[in-house]
Amino acid sequence: MSASRDWRGLLFALPFLALYSLILIFPLLRGVWLSLNQVDLFGDGHFVAFGNYARLLHDPVFATSLVNTFEVTLMIVPPLTVIALLLALALNRAGKGAAVVRGVFFSSAVLSVTIVTLIWRFILAPDAGLLGEAWKAVGWQPLPFLSDQHLVLPALALTTIWWSLGFPMLLFLAGLQQIPEDMYEAAALDNASRWTTFRRIILPSLRRTVVLVVMLQTAAQLQLFGQSQLLTAGGPSGASRTAVLFLFEAAFGRWELGYASAAAEILFLIILAVTLTQYWATGRATGAAGGG
Amino acid sequence: MASLQLTGIRKSFGATPVLDDIDLTLEQREFIAFLGPSGSGKSTLLRIIAGLETADSGEVWLEGRRIDTLPPGERGIAMVFQHYALYPHMSARENMAFGLKNARVPKDEIERRIADAADVLEIAPLLDRKPAEMSGGQRQRVAIGRALVKEPKLFLLDEPLSNLDAALRLRTRVELAQLKQKVDAAVIMVTHDQAEAMTLADRIIVMNDRRIQQVGPPMEIYSQPANIFVAQFVGSPAMTLLPATLLDDGEFASVKLGDGTVVHTKVPRDGLPSGELRLGIRPEAVRVSSDKTGTKAKVELVERLGERTLVYAQLSDDQPITAEDDPYSHVRLGDEVRIAIDGAAAHLFGPDGAGYHRADA
Repeated sequence: MSASRDWRGLLFALPFLALYSLILIFPLLRGVWLSLNQVDLFGDGHFVAFGNYARLLHDPVFATSLVNTFEVTLMIVPPLTVIALLLALALNRAGKGAAVVRGVFFSSAVLSVTIVTLIWRFILAPDAGLLGEAWKAVGWQPLPFLSDQHLVLPALALTTIWWSLGFPMLLFLAGLQQIPEDMYEAAALDNASRWTTFRRIILPSLRRTVVLVVMLQTAAQLQLFGQSQLLTAGGPSGASRTAVLFLFEAAFGRWELGYASAAAEILFLIILAVTLTQYWATGRATGAAGGG
Repeated sequence: MASLQLTGIRKSFGATPVLDDIDLTLEQREFIAFLGPSGSGKSTLLRIIAGLETADSGEVWLEGRRIDTLPPGERGIAMVFQHYALYPHMSARENMAFGLKNARVPKDEIERRIADAADVLEIAPLLDRKPAEMSGGQRQRVAIGRALVKEPKLFLLDEPLSNLDAALRLRTRVELAQLKQKVDAAVIMVTHDQAEAMTLADRIIVMNDRRIQQVGPPMEIYSQPANIFVAQFVGSPAMTLLPATLLDDGEFASVKLGDGTVVHTKVPRDGLPSGELRLGIRPEAVRVSSDKTGTKAKVELVERLGERTLVYAQLSDDQPITAEDDPYSHVRLGDEVRIAIDGAAAHLFGPDGAGYHRADA
């Protein structure tokens, strides 16, 4: 075979590469460049090297927004994964009933964040909301979910879980369908209880799906923005300000584009690190489980 | 005491009946083959015995205990699945241990049984591998091992050889036959391959159309098929069937075929039904004659199999017949040949399809 490479093949990939460069690579590099400059919306700005990054390190508002982001992500991802898995297990059956319920649970995922936050505002409002009424019916004082510093992140998490349940459930359902029927039959003949079948047969078969769901949801929830912006605008007193909300406010509230870009780069690196760590950790777990 | 006993098993899927009043008794340590085409109900019957399906009515008893009311894992039955159904994330050893752990068998006992089974099946080097790291044949051994370690009262094998290539299938067939000698349990194998059933089984249960068609040792099934279905399903190529008219003299039946040929059978005349009969004749009892005697036939197809040649021909009344010839036969497509039908090996079938055979067959 000839060692020379036929570069004409590249022509086929060119339209994609051009578009990809234009709308992804270029903005990414432009963002990095912006983060090294002090820029506002008007005028050219000037180069400050790592000035923006140094400022961010000492910005308590940014630090709080990062902590909030991690907290809310931790409140969302584990319960979301477990609930989606349980739903998938319950709905992994033939029949119209299950199909309808699957549709109902998925329907929230197609709503836009504005609708979702509108719905949850009605539910969470202490004076006339659904939860408030329920609390009152039991004889308790209604809780001010959206105006209490300690309740606002759980309220955001609850809203997000409700909104995001559909897609992970679908992934788990797809994973469950991959398990052949005779696997369950073999387990039945092996005298395995329902719990043993779940723990030793179903869960190991879904391991890849679990990893996928956790990684996708972690990356998504670290960028949580709309719910916080629309439900509380980051309040009360910054208790629900997430990292993306912080950089949104910096960029489009105070027009500090360079500063916001620097925050975005840091968030990008954090998400990359978290995701890679998860990937690496689960890869190691697989290796340790034997075989390979 | 009987090993397995089935009484009055019926099963429908929705409005479609799949099993109709099945009664069956297995002897101790008997190797039984359920033989039948797809859709004959043989797999459903196996699954009812295993507890993976529930019969609409009827009872299943194993060694004096009624088991159809028990969950699959408590029936004292082990099954080897057609696609093996090994747990993909477990090693061979873990696959074999899983059922024993669930049954709370002590750890050293589990290890002893796995070691014994690995010894018998020669899979000791595979014990720490996962199914994905094994060949099809190796997986099947592990699947058999998983059944063996349970020390069941009854083994169920669902099409055990169907996923293996031809060479491996023959070898595994021999090994299954050897395995049968070593286990102290009855075995039921579902198969649609008559060679498997003939070579392995003590008795064959031929199933078709929701019912048991015939129960008997392999040679009995072959030489005294109960009806036309069994006659045509068992034996390859299939038995030739020709419309025949009974001639009225002699102790044994003589019949006249559509082209005028008279065949003197050894089937006793007494007990034959009146009405249209059919003559059944296996290819090995129909020879292409080298001289000019015998029935005229026109050759439609020649299959040279090496150890013999099969000649598919048409009699002068257009009835198809299959004959055998020497390995180095000179018969060609379109030839006019003479064939000799060995009446002593012929069978007769009544209008209802029931078979009649020579008394000493």
